[in-house]
Amino acid sequence: MRSIIWLLQKIFKFLFVVQLLGVSLVYAGAKQTVNIAYLTQEQKAPPPLSNLDAFIKDKGVLGVGLAIADNNTTGQFTGQQFVLKKVIVPLDGNVVDTFNKDIVDQYPYVVVNLPAEALNKIADLPAAKQKLLFDVATVDDALRNEQCRNNVLYLLPNRAMRTDALAQYMMKKRWNKWFLVVGATEEDRLFAAALKRAAKRFGMKIVEEKTWEHTYDARRTAQSDVAVFTQVDDYDVLVVADEQGQFGEYLEYRTWNARPVIGTQGLIATAWHRTHEQWGAVQIQNRFKEQAGRWMEEQDYAAYLAVRAIGEAATRTKSNDMSQLKEYILSDAFALQGYKGNPLSFRSWDGQLRQPVLLAAARSMVAVAPIEGFLHPKTELDTLGYDQPESTCKWSK
Amino acid sequence: MKNTLVSRSACGGDFSRPLAQWATKVAPTAVFAILSIALVANAQAETVFVTLEKDNALAVVDPIAGKLIKTVEIGQRPRGIIISPDNKSLYVAVSDDDTIKIIDAETLKETGRLPSGEDPETFALNPAGDRLYVSNEDDSLVTVIDLKHKKVVKQIKVGVEPEGIAASPDKLWVASASETTNMVHWIDAKTHAIVENTLVDPRPRALGFTADSQQLWVTSEMAGTLMILDVKTKQLVKTIKFDVQGITTDKIQPVGVVIDKDRKRGYVALGPANRVAVINAQSLEVEKYLLVGQRVWNLAFSPDQKRLYTTNGTSNDISLIDLETQTVTKSVGVGTYPWGVAVSP
Repeated sequence: MRSIIWLLQKIFKFLFVVQLLGVSLVYAGAKQTVNIAYLTQEQKAPPPLSNLDAFIKDKGVLGVGLAIADNNTTGQFTGQQFVLKKVIVPLDGNVVDTFNKDIVDQYPYVVVNLPAEALNKIADLPAAKQKLLFDVATVDDALRNEQCRNNVLYLLPNRAMRTDALAQYMMKKRWNKWFLVVGATEEDRLFAAALKRAAKRFGMKIVEEKTWEHTYDARRTAQSDVAVFTQVDDYDVLVVADEQGQFGEYLEYRTWNARPVIGTQGLIATAWHRTHEQWGAVQIQNRFKEQAGRWMEEQDYAAYLAVRAIGEAATRTKSNDMSQLKEYILSDAFALQGYKGNPLSFRSWDGQLRQPVLLAAARSMVAVAPIEGFLHPKTELDTLGYDQPESTCKWSK
Repeated sequence: MKNTLVSRSACGGDFSRPLAQWATKVAPTAVFAILSIALVANAQAETVFVTLEKDNALAVVDPIAGKLIKTVEIGQRPRGIIISPDNKSLYVAVSDDDTIKIIDAETLKETGRLPSGEDPETFALNPAGDRLYVSNEDDSLVTVIDLKHKKVVKQIKVGVEPEGIAASPDKLWVASASETTNMVHWIDAKTHAIVENTLVDPRPRALGFTADSQQLWVTSEMAGTLMILDVKTKQLVKTIKFDVQGITTDKIQPVGVVIDKDRKRGYVALGPANRVAVINAQSLEVEKYLLVGQRVWNLAFSPDQKRLYTTNGTSNDISLIDLETQTVTKSVGVGTYPWGVAVSP
């Protein structure tokens, strides 16, 4: 009799353990899947200014990879799984066709690394209306204003955020008189326009403006040309707009007067930089470098944040539903850790990621904007770029 | 010997010279006399050890006199620091040397090194003082070290970028917080298995158990909050959102947290808000904010819990808070980027 009771007890215990195991197995098995696509197109290598910096083909995609790994580490504790599909359209391919063919059906979240025009085309497709797109490539102010789309979130700081950051720093240094040098491309003109807006906002004066014309005259060299080119009335700082880096690097140390260079070369404004190591940035620099074998670029950082934003929203809402996640991402509760001190969030009026902008020289982090002393009633991060009252974006949510 | 050192530092250099002259005259009784004087002085004095992240050094401070006694080289990028329960050894995470050094608290000489894994920053000691739990940020691991044998016993997989870590006084739990996963992982101190995970506010930094092991206090740097978790249920009891007048919420970045042994009050360092929040540990309300140095980071009590010491990262000093009057009474310059703080009686 006793032994029977003993046996029953044992069996009961065994069953109990089995049940416990079963529960945990079920939990591990019933994973919620969050499907994310990454869409980009191959790029032609631009003409190099020097052989120092090799052309990087895979900007962005490695950031996505790191973030997926991070999300899945978290996911193993929450029962969520993040699946990434990388779609790289060949140089002569059609992104719209590829989007319709490979992405439409399965992927509610799409990280898009494409130029502005292609991004807008994708965003306007009927099939994209039920998706949330994360732009990790463009810096256009127009996309955050009159051309904004309510199914797109913009990760990189736009030109206005960058030039406001530069202007804040110049104001702090009392470099009030600017000599503006603009390149010949459309992008350079847009950057110059953002600089002019920033100058007006912060009471700076553009005392001289010149366009750098590219000529093929063999008698002219950077050495002689820059000295002559920069013989203008007195100024505090040379502000350069050369987004492709076609001549900006030649300006420093060659100006007629001894003046610092700032803008797209010299001291630059960027979302991420290899010299950045505060606020835990060393950790992600190391983790990125270990898997990528190179430094993290801006687009990698933006792509990392995009996928982390999805991860953060999925963890908090315990959901993979696009509209739920989108609502959470745009709410006040959303706070993303971006290794730049402040919590990052999205501006509800234009979908732009609110973030500090790094002001970096080649080998040293000079300052982080918003610069101390530039105040804002809600968050100092909104001293950079288009604040709510200024925005012309009309989101019909 | 140790007492002598402490008492001398407490009384300053002026005292030690006449004492030495007097001691040579009355040689036979000297040792006894010094010891007894030392014991009297000891009731007051204590020594504060501060790691200096950018100076690669350890600062030794006499807080009562408000003096930096000396600075000793310690290795590349020292950060976390803990004193052993018997007050004999200091454990210092020397991050860029990829080790935790054991330092004799008296002589300040290195007596050993621990296999901490890469880039150690924060770690916790169990109540018995024989196990060290180290967060390995880059590898998403918690490394458990047997101090007696200086050996790794176990590596536990946790979330991304584990940082804050604490061992419960009742010896049951080790809590680890991962900064990017935003979770507290509850590790069974006996089996070293993760038993449960609690989702917390973004970028959790530091953890502190109450002395009765009933609550775990967790700071969130990004949300500017303190979360109080119930250890039994692993659930959130309350979230305290800090709000300092005249400072935008972005600047309020809670880091270090300590709670007194009677669970009357807890204290949270608010980073670049340059304040320490005083929290009533019964009602769980903020009582006041004390202005300290810039980017206040970590906190440590004096052994009698009458004072609190803070490391102020960017003003390069430590602040001394008198807990009876709840006022900041002193600040002592220590060196570049003071990070961790430990106190010996």
